[in-house]
Amino acid sequence: MYFFFLFSLLQFNYFEYVKSYDTPSDEGGSISLEWQIKEEFISEENPIKFFEIYRSEKKEGIFENVGFVLSQYNYYEDKGLKDNKDYYYQIWAIREKDTLKSEIIGPVISRAQWFNKNRFNVLVITIILFIVFLYYIEKARKGERLFIRKISGLDAIDDAVGRATEMGRPILFSFGLGFITDVVTIAALSILSKIAKKAAEYGTRLIIPNYDPIVMTAAQETVKEAYLEAGRPDLYREGDITYLTSDQFGYAAGCDGIIMREKPGAIFWQGYFFAESLILAETGHAVGAIQIAGTTAITQLPFFIAACDYTLIGEEMFAASCYLKPEPQMLGSLKGEDFLKAIILVILIISAIIATLSIVFKNFYFLNNLYELIKNIFTIK
Amino acid sequence: MKNLWSKLATIDRRIIYLLVFIVVALPMIFRMIMPIRVSREVQMAFSEIDNLKPGSIVMISIDYDAASEPELQPMLIAILRHCFSKNIKVILLGHWALGLPLGEMALNQVAKEYNKKYGEDYVNLGYRPGYTALMVGIGKEIRDFFPTDYRGIPIDSFPFMRKVRNYQQIDVLVGLEAGATGDAWVQFAGARFNQKIILGTTGVIAPDMFPYLQAKQIAGLISGLQGAAEYETLLKKAGSAILGMPAQSFVHLLIIIFIIIGNIGYFILRKRR
Amino acid sequence: MIRTQLPLIITFFTGMLLIVTFFIPHKPFGDLEQRFLIWYSIISGFTVLLGLDSLVKYHLTKLKKEFNIHSFILLFSLFLTLILGFYSWFKFKTPFALNSPFMYLYTYVIIPLQATMFALLAFFIASAAYRAFRARTFEATLLLIAATIVMLGRVPIGSYIWKGIASFISTIFPKIPYEELAKKEIFALISDWIMNIPQNAAKRGIFIGTALGGIAMSIRIILGIERTYITK
Repeated sequence: MYFFFLFSLLQFNYFEYVKSYDTPSDEGGSISLEWQIKEEFISEENPIKFFEIYRSEKKEGIFENVGFVLSQYNYYEDKGLKDNKDYYYQIWAIREKDTLKSEIIGPVISRAQWFNKNRFNVLVITIILFIVFLYYIEKARKGERLFIRKISGLDAIDDAVGRATEMGRPILFSFGLGFITDVVTIAALSILSKIAKKAAEYGTRLIIPNYDPIVMTAAQETVKEAYLEAGRPDLYREGDITYLTSDQFGYAAGCDGIIMREKPGAIFWQGYFFAESLILAETGHAVGAIQIAGTTAITQLPFFIAACDYTLIGEEMFAASCYLKPEPQMLGSLKGEDFLKAIILVILIISAIIATLSIVFKNFYFLNNLYELIKNIFTIK
Repeated sequence: MKNLWSKLATIDRRIIYLLVFIVVALPMIFRMIMPIRVSREVQMAFSEIDNLKPGSIVMISIDYDAASEPELQPMLIAILRHCFSKNIKVILLGHWALGLPLGEMALNQVAKEYNKKYGEDYVNLGYRPGYTALMVGIGKEIRDFFPTDYRGIPIDSFPFMRKVRNYQQIDVLVGLEAGATGDAWVQFAGARFNQKIILGTTGVIAPDMFPYLQAKQIAGLISGLQGAAEYETLLKKAGSAILGMPAQSFVHLLIIIFIIIGNIGYFILRKRR
Repeated sequence: MIRTQLPLIITFFTGMLLIVTFFIPHKPFGDLEQRFLIWYSIISGFTVLLGLDSLVKYHLTKLKKEFNIHSFILLFSLFLTLILGFYSWFKFKTPFALNSPFMYLYTYVIIPLQATMFALLAFFIASAAYRAFRARTFEATLLLIAATIVMLGRVPIGSYIWKGIASFISTIFPKIPYEELAKKEIFALISDWIMNIPQNAAKRGIFIGTALGGIAMSIRIILGIERTYITK
């Protein structure tokens, strides 16, 4: 009995602490374990290789190995458990020459939570976002006049379509490598709608090679409707809006081939692009087409700016639908976006000042705490 | 004379193409080598793997295809050599279906060099669609997405894979990126599951990754052929990246010369006007 | 009416549901996002058939009208790849087995073709840089200088050029020792600074704008204000 007591005491002594608790803010079925091995048991000669986690449903029952973590971790999340059931745990530190076992801890049960406390900050920010947007949309709806600055890339659409018509050449439109789930593709669809309407009015052919079949279907529908609105449904040719390939450079090669064969008078690169952007735009330039690009892919912007006549930069793409169809609700949301940008700018400046001061005045705890607080508010877990 | 300046300002692009071709081809034909300066971000990536203990696990994601092979394949080979030389286990997977064969080729080549066995020292899990879902899914249980390897063999039949359940058993994740998958790794595996990530990217998308490096969201960045050459230099084993750098150097120089010529022509013509 | 209203209702319901479930870990909400992503993967897998249908139909119609070599090569390559892929899959359990016929096609056709397309970028960058980098304004001049320094700083030749400059400086100013100056690698240092500081700052500015624009657009879509994607 005495020996057993001494043995369990020794077991306990290897670890500074071992904690087990229901994993917070989760869907249940999970228990978290944390531990810290005592300093004196961490040595160069006999290093810890990894930790093994043992679990049992009874304190005196058989403990089975349920997982392991590498030595640099001191936590483990045991998943796939039944809720509201007792579990007991033991941690084994597997060292080069021996094994250190913790005391048996438990019982602990897992439960599902209805609110993820870690995301409280996101909830507050989401609510603020919605309030600001709804406020400005409502304000615009009540009749307040809202100003939207000139976006020359969008103003040039009519000229580009006109030029292609004058030259007797077709128009080419590409969504790049975007999928329908990318918001930028939806924005590009509204630009396409405007171009298609103009093309139908002038009776100019519109070619759209596609990377994604769903985007292709959306483009076909958008163009069909635009032609109908312009009173020229007879001009619509499904064969001009086809699927090309879902391979990046295969798509670039296909587009380049179409450009060289059809020699379009105007080209619109609107959507998400990667390294193929310059290959496309330079080929367009080589056939002397007027080119209007628009993308949210920041790294591709320099290429488009160098090779195209006009480029819509980032958020200008998202403003396109509001610009082309200036309904009060649309403009309201744009105004809300500007207001939020101003708020973010102020927060950024204040945070940068506080972060800098907290480094300069390291001993000034108030500043350090304030900095940590700001950091926590804007950290998403 | 005026004619000469206007010609300088408007050199036919085919002449430019021809010169670029010559400048790329010559250093490769003569197999020139230049000393490589190692940048901080590549040193960080190298140290991260170098400091791992034998038996640690590195997961490498092949998020590129043949188009980016010249830039990213040397990185993969260098990283594999580094891992195998330190007896680190490697799990390979990918989000680009057409990139997986490149991974298999590299594994096959490097494993032979270091006498490593499939299933004991490395596995190739293959490709699964739906990359964000997969990244989140691995955070919970890798078997939900990869019950088998790319040949359909259950992963539990490989000794070291039996212990791997999620990111908690993976020391470092190396993403070799030619598109937007790198951002997703940072946002999902990094932000949600605290996975340590190193990214190797094509030169053209590398600027996108610098904010992550600065914010310590990634532990190292290997960018473009230059990055791969730096890694090879640190590894002290020259590969195709070191051989490719002179060609890249001369093309950069050629572009600078063209920019200067173009500007001289432009300025003289503008002054005369 | 139903054709326009129903998609709006579905969009509103799904959008709001996914926002709400982000904060609820409890089943069945907790894994809804993951479930939706898997559904999307499945649907996008089937859309390949849609693409295939469009591609084959278009080129077959073209071929029926008159013989077109491009359409013929496209259809031939498409079916050859498909057949070899399936054959390798059945015979070797995976099309990517190193000795399978599909891998032969991959190694000797797909790799060179894709690499060639990407390699074109080098030619196009040279011609676009030559055409566009003109010091027309002060800002353009700054951009030009920055680009030149980054180009030199990122490749080994930059350090050779710097050594040349260092030797020139130490010849004119003998008090400045060559060795120390050559070690500084100024092009690489300035290039690193440009990449880390101004480049990042500009990028983050555009990124914040784009992210907010994306949020605004998403809210417009969820609330049914943005309807471009819905046809009547």
